[in-house]
Amino acid sequence: MSAATRSPWRSIASHAVLLSYTLIALFPVFVIVINSFKSRKAIFSSPLSLPDAQTFSLIGYETVMKRGDFPLYFQNSLIVTVVSLVFVLLFGAMAAFALSEYRFKGNTLMGLYLAVGIMIPIRLGTVAILQIMVATGLVNTLWALILIYTAQGLPLSIFILSEFMKTVSNDLKNAGRIDGLSEYKIFFTLVLPLVRPSMATVAVFTMIPIWNDLWFPLIIAPSEATKTVTLGAQMFIGQFQTDWNGVLSALALAILPVLVLYLIFSRQLIRGITSGAVK
Amino acid sequence: MATGATDSKPVRWHILVFLLPAVLVYSAFMIIPLGSTLYQAFFSKAWAFVGIANFEMLFTDARYSQSFWNALRNNTWFFIIHMLVQNPIGILLAALLSNPRLRLRGFYRTVFFIPTILSFVIVGFVWKLILSPTWGVSQGLLKSVGLQWLFQPWLGKEDYALTALSLISVWQFIGIPMMLIYAALLSIPDEVIEAAECDGITGWNQFFKIQLPLVLPAIGIVSILTFVGNFNAFDLVYVAQGAVAGPNFSTDLLGTLLYRTFFGFQLQLGDRAMGSTIAAVMFLIILTGVCIYLFAVQNRLTRYQF
Repeated sequence: MSAATRSPWRSIASHAVLLSYTLIALFPVFVIVINSFKSRKAIFSSPLSLPDAQTFSLIGYETVMKRGDFPLYFQNSLIVTVVSLVFVLLFGAMAAFALSEYRFKGNTLMGLYLAVGIMIPIRLGTVAILQIMVATGLVNTLWALILIYTAQGLPLSIFILSEFMKTVSNDLKNAGRIDGLSEYKIFFTLVLPLVRPSMATVAVFTMIPIWNDLWFPLIIAPSEATKTVTLGAQMFIGQFQTDWNGVLSALALAILPVLVLYLIFSRQLIRGITSGAVK
Repeated sequence: MATGATDSKPVRWHILVFLLPAVLVYSAFMIIPLGSTLYQAFFSKAWAFVGIANFEMLFTDARYSQSFWNALRNNTWFFIIHMLVQNPIGILLAALLSNPRLRLRGFYRTVFFIPTILSFVIVGFVWKLILSPTWGVSQGLLKSVGLQWLFQPWLGKEDYALTALSLISVWQFIGIPMMLIYAALLSIPDEVIEAAECDGITGWNQFFKIQLPLVLPAIGIVSILTFVGNFNAFDLVYVAQGAVAGPNFSTDLLGTLLYRTFFGFQLQLGDRAMGSTIAAVMFLIILTGVCIYLFAVQNRLTRYQF
């Protein structure tokens, strides 16, 4: 709409719309974070003002630290997310390489089989997943979550990575073969480094739903020792519903790390979604 | 089958090695459980084969059918609100952002996506607090613009709770439609736009006649993603309204119904067979939606190759 830019009014109007949506997007987060630093009285008397010397209070954070084991929840979330991510990327890249590099009987069929999970949510298999976890004694372990999230993340990662693997030059791989490199060496030393940018994209995509999931931690691993941040925050808030300071601080604590990570990786994420269209 | 051995060539073991870990984990924790859950929908609690009796019970028996049809109706409304609200807003924001001379576009892009990265737990509670009459943040805000008569405890009223939750969910996910449509808009070559301008088609006219038809495939993808996500939604309702999806089941979705049926709540015992049956119905609904998209919608949307 280049004609639109020529008129200053058009430009002002678009900024007005965009700024109002900025307010809508940020306001709830902003209100929670500022109020988590206030005393109980100030939360109710002036919920929209910034904390000042009089109203500043860390009482909510103290409650959270005392009552909930948030460092442990963070550790659990971190372990589950990072290990699942490594599996999704490694296994996903390997399968994507097999599908995009070699011609073999059943290649297309295997590709379709692995793509089913992109559209069909893994949640629908929960009944049987719980049975499997009970049978193998994995209930209430982080491994149960890691295996489920690996299975959940693989279809999309294979799909995206095989698209990128197709762009790696054949000459390079064949040169490696002539030099006597094994297929494994070709994958790990030649191909993998070249698709690293796309792996970062897949990583961000895979990470968010894992970190934010409530369903599987609630069903498969709800024990105190294996709670993730999402489940921990949910249960803490459910228990301390009337302790507004505690609730607001728990929310702020759950928001801030994700927000910081997002601000660091937002370019990667946005570039991933728009698959390179963003300049 | 994956080894691809033919008579003349040796077995290429490396293909198997590359595929095996992914295929194993994916089959064991996704495909087999899915299949097994569907299979269990045809068995009673005591593992006797009952054919489609579970489905009959779900659709017609008074104990289940009422909550099932209620959840299905709610879920459909949930989806309709998403389509009606998220697509126009997404298109508007994407159109404004795609203006190449717009300043601060990186900033807006980043900000609009923030709600999407937050978990349902955070989003659910944040909005629950903000809409709570006890705290009074939304009353205060509405009052400051002279609209305090508009205030209602939206999440607490049977008539509004589901719509309010749908809008909260739209607030959270607007980033995805916006980004996908935005990417589609950016990939339209400049020549097409210039040609339109030469023909005197500018401004909104240009947008509706040139850009919008070209981004229809992206809107199609957004719609199917929303469909799958909505008919499988659980977290937001569970967090904001609890497993009983109050007030009076007015926000009950298929996901929360599945959870309650499978695990039980209050006095009702968990029922594996009926849980599987609900999961099977959800599977069929989602599968139907995906098939309609893949075979009917996707083929009809004209794709332009530049």
